[in-house]
Amino acid sequence: MSRRVTIAYLAGLALLMLAPMFIYPILVMKVLCFALFACAFNLLLGYTGLLSFGHAVFLGGAAYVTGHALKVWELPTLVGLLAGTVAAAALGWLIGSLAIRRQGIYFAMVTLALAQMVYFLFLQAPFTGGEDGLQGVPRGTLFGLDLSVDINLYYLVLAIFAGSFWLIQRTIHSPFGQILKAIRENEPRAISLGYDVAKYKLLAFVLSAGLAGLAGATKTVVFKFATLTDAHWHTSGEVVLMTLLGGMGTVFGPVVGATVIVTLQNELADKVGSLVTVIMGAIFVICVLAFRRGIVGESLALYRRMIGQKP
Amino acid sequence: MMKRKLLALTLSALLLPAAGSALAQAGKISGDVVKIAVLTDMSGVYSALGGKGSVLGAEMAIEDFKAQFKPKFKIELVSADHQNKADVGSNKVREWYDTQGVDMVTDVLNSGVAIAVAKVTTEKNKIMLNTGAASTRLTNEDCAPNNVVHYVYDTYALANGPGKAVTKQGKDSWFFLTADYAFGHSLEKDSMDAVKASGGKVLGAVRHPLNASDFSSFLLQAQASKAKVIGLANAGGDTINSIKAANEFGITKNQTLVGLLTTVVDIHALGLQTTQGMMFTEGFYWNLNKETREFSRRFFSRHKGMPNMLPAGTYSAVLHYLKAVQAAGTDDTAAVMKQMKATPINDAFAKGGKIREDGRMVHDMYLVEVKKPGESKEPWDYYNVKQVIPGDEAFQPMALSRCPAVKK
Amino acid sequence: MTEIFGVPIQALFGQLMLGLVNGSFYAVLSLGLAVIFGMLNIINFAHGALYMAGAMLTWIGLEYLGISYWWMLVLAPIGVGLIGIAIERLMLQWLYKLDHLYGLLLTFGLALMIEGLFRDLYGVAGQPYSIPEELSGAFNLGFMFLPKYRAWVVVASLSVCLFTWFMIEKTRLGAYLRAATENPKLTQAFGINVPLMVMLTYGFGVGLAGFAGVLAAPASQISPLMGSNLIIVVFAVVVIGGMGSILGSVVTGLGLGIIEGMTKVFWPEASATVVFMIMAVVLMFRPAGLFGREK
Repeated sequence: MSRRVTIAYLAGLALLMLAPMFIYPILVMKVLCFALFACAFNLLLGYTGLLSFGHAVFLGGAAYVTGHALKVWELPTLVGLLAGTVAAAALGWLIGSLAIRRQGIYFAMVTLALAQMVYFLFLQAPFTGGEDGLQGVPRGTLFGLDLSVDINLYYLVLAIFAGSFWLIQRTIHSPFGQILKAIRENEPRAISLGYDVAKYKLLAFVLSAGLAGLAGATKTVVFKFATLTDAHWHTSGEVVLMTLLGGMGTVFGPVVGATVIVTLQNELADKVGSLVTVIMGAIFVICVLAFRRGIVGESLALYRRMIGQKP
Repeated sequence: MMKRKLLALTLSALLLPAAGSALAQAGKISGDVVKIAVLTDMSGVYSALGGKGSVLGAEMAIEDFKAQFKPKFKIELVSADHQNKADVGSNKVREWYDTQGVDMVTDVLNSGVAIAVAKVTTEKNKIMLNTGAASTRLTNEDCAPNNVVHYVYDTYALANGPGKAVTKQGKDSWFFLTADYAFGHSLEKDSMDAVKASGGKVLGAVRHPLNASDFSSFLLQAQASKAKVIGLANAGGDTINSIKAANEFGITKNQTLVGLLTTVVDIHALGLQTTQGMMFTEGFYWNLNKETREFSRRFFSRHKGMPNMLPAGTYSAVLHYLKAVQAAGTDDTAAVMKQMKATPINDAFAKGGKIREDGRMVHDMYLVEVKKPGESKEPWDYYNVKQVIPGDEAFQPMALSRCPAVKK
Repeated sequence: MTEIFGVPIQALFGQLMLGLVNGSFYAVLSLGLAVIFGMLNIINFAHGALYMAGAMLTWIGLEYLGISYWWMLVLAPIGVGLIGIAIERLMLQWLYKLDHLYGLLLTFGLALMIEGLFRDLYGVAGQPYSIPEELSGAFNLGFMFLPKYRAWVVVASLSVCLFTWFMIEKTRLGAYLRAATENPKLTQAFGINVPLMVMLTYGFGVGLAGFAGVLAAPASQISPLMGSNLIIVVFAVVVIGGMGSILGSVVTGLGLGIIEGMTKVFWPEASATVVFMIMAVVLMFRPAGLFGREK
């Protein structure tokens, strides 16, 4: 990681460690979970150039598996989180294998349709609780620390987020990550260079799905339930918006985007009701028309222009 | 150095709420305000049942309480829309309890949401006076007698009225159209039990998603079953649409429809022509006596519609709660619950109502039949009350309770 | 009462008819999507929301202006078409040079805005709309009840599809359209106003969605959510059919509607997902779709 990014990362981490003093911890944890979700999504969209429109199914699927593991099988918290992550990665492998057969727009539509199919399976399967959801998931303990106390759980969630973020960064800057970028820039050329492009895409997809699953699993432990909302296509759309708004293909873009969207929804939900959806849609439209590099992307471009570099 | 400061700050953050609760137990009102919250469906399939009507019921209760009892403490009311989503409702309530000092939550229609909110309420040791949701699970499998009161009606009471009366009329084969979530499942089960106990047969059931857009496919199955009665184990917009679709397909010519959760608001939306002769259990009727008429006309002048059992029940619950807080001198959960269970309920909504050990509020229910168009003398004059079902008969007896916390 | 495979005849034909009705909606909507995609290379996510807008306009027309259903059959599609033209001129035209995914994202955002707006104004509970007098009631065919309105929906949808096919394949305007799709620059060089064609195509495509909305209004609940769940199934229909031909879209739509109806009779739990399952199978063996040509 470049020095600038490392400094920003450590500064952000320090701020986050102090955050629960000033802000309702549950809200910060929600932001962290969605920030992880968006970072995982960005790996696929920003760095590999694949728009998956059904990513919520990994968030939701892991949420249910972890919920079930903690509540019904009474497994320890970390094992439950792992179970959810692995389940999401497996689901990612299934969906990815089918979706990769098409490209571009078709790929997006296929991911959407397959995710919707899994959503309906969740709706009907008894173990998810359908419309009622999976309620009363225990938080458990970690090394003797009781996670029912919000503050204790907060530091675990922060650790999970920080670790995953670092993992994503290492992946992007590895040879594997370089090939993904090559695929995004010019797929035919990557093929002509001899790379098995389909395999790389699938691997990126599975990795992205697994990390999205980790976000969902963590969210279940925070809120103590898993519901259909987690797997609904609205949530898929939200993560696209977070990444787009924050800045696709940038390091901190998804985090910024997630923070803005979650905070906005939290503040506005009571005051404007259904207009929240209109505002989300408007942000989408404005970003696509005039703000494609997102907050971080546009800020970086502005900064570079100011110091005289070519943006 | 940083680490020690952090530790100190963390420790004080953890200890402060503990100190705060010790203060509350000393007999004071937490935060000097009694804060009541109405969590309901403001814009969705059940918004006409509860929604703004329930909020108005709570407001009227607070006004009447202040006028009659002149309390020394402040009272605040907040409300929110849970959009029929358990996660939205659950998160809102958690935030209310953690950051806004809410002491009591009411309405919470939609059984799925109610069960989730009951869990959070128990975790945070607050009070939920559920006036909106129906599932009997709230006093059985998911009971929480120290925190949750199931106040107005439940699926057992709803099922037994028509389940017995209609079957005994000779319409003894039933098919159910059920909303596919906690409420529907509960109502379906209790209704099936009631039908079988009266000597009837259950021919089958089909489940539909909440707020379904098209009932034709499900009704076709009901029609194919050739049952004499189609029991609608759904509510609000779903019931209204099921009845409309049944009319469109000519089903009502040969089969009887029973809307197991129907209120005066639904009859108003459908009209007497479509609904005449229907029988079901109601928890409140505005035209019952002088007191109900007086309350209802006050409500009507502000809401432009007559109250059904949800707003009326919310009014009664909030009033009962506030009286208990004043009598106990505190808003501490255990003290107020004890006071509420010890005091009978006598207001426009219920006479001789009593909160049982398992959290069930027991009061009289009414078996009503919808009037023919010619019989109705004024708008909203829709019911003939066939029978007053005394509370002890209307609700599930304690002996059959599946609540783990109750000793039988 | 006769039974086939253990299912009463009345139920079987009833579901068959309902499947045909659903299939008609799938056909009209996937036709609109195909027409738009052919010309603009954009997947119009707002299609479901505009279908809903058509239904809402129909209801608004009756509720506030007293305009009857029959008039709305003409006015609502035109209204929705005008909205479509505005969208194309104000927003979509700037995206043609970019990656096609941006078009999908823009129309997704528009879908959210339209849905949210109606939701805010009218709630999600749904508005009632009565079947017009002339079409209410049912034909008693002996082996089933055929509600007149549902029969009308099938007839109207298929007529519109036929009309569209005729326009595109057999008229001069259609020829210009097909030329502009194949090779916009060359067609422009011949003096044909290609941007105008593009604009009208988008307007027509969403007008089809609006027409479907008017048809849907008396049959199901007019709710702001009615478009969103439907559109995802239509996407699957489009992937199965491939977007190569008009006839292909129509046949696929109808066929899948009927298959879905039959699934409701014999395997009800799978009825919500059968279209997606078929899509998965088609993807494995014929990725370009049944009638598609990979572009």
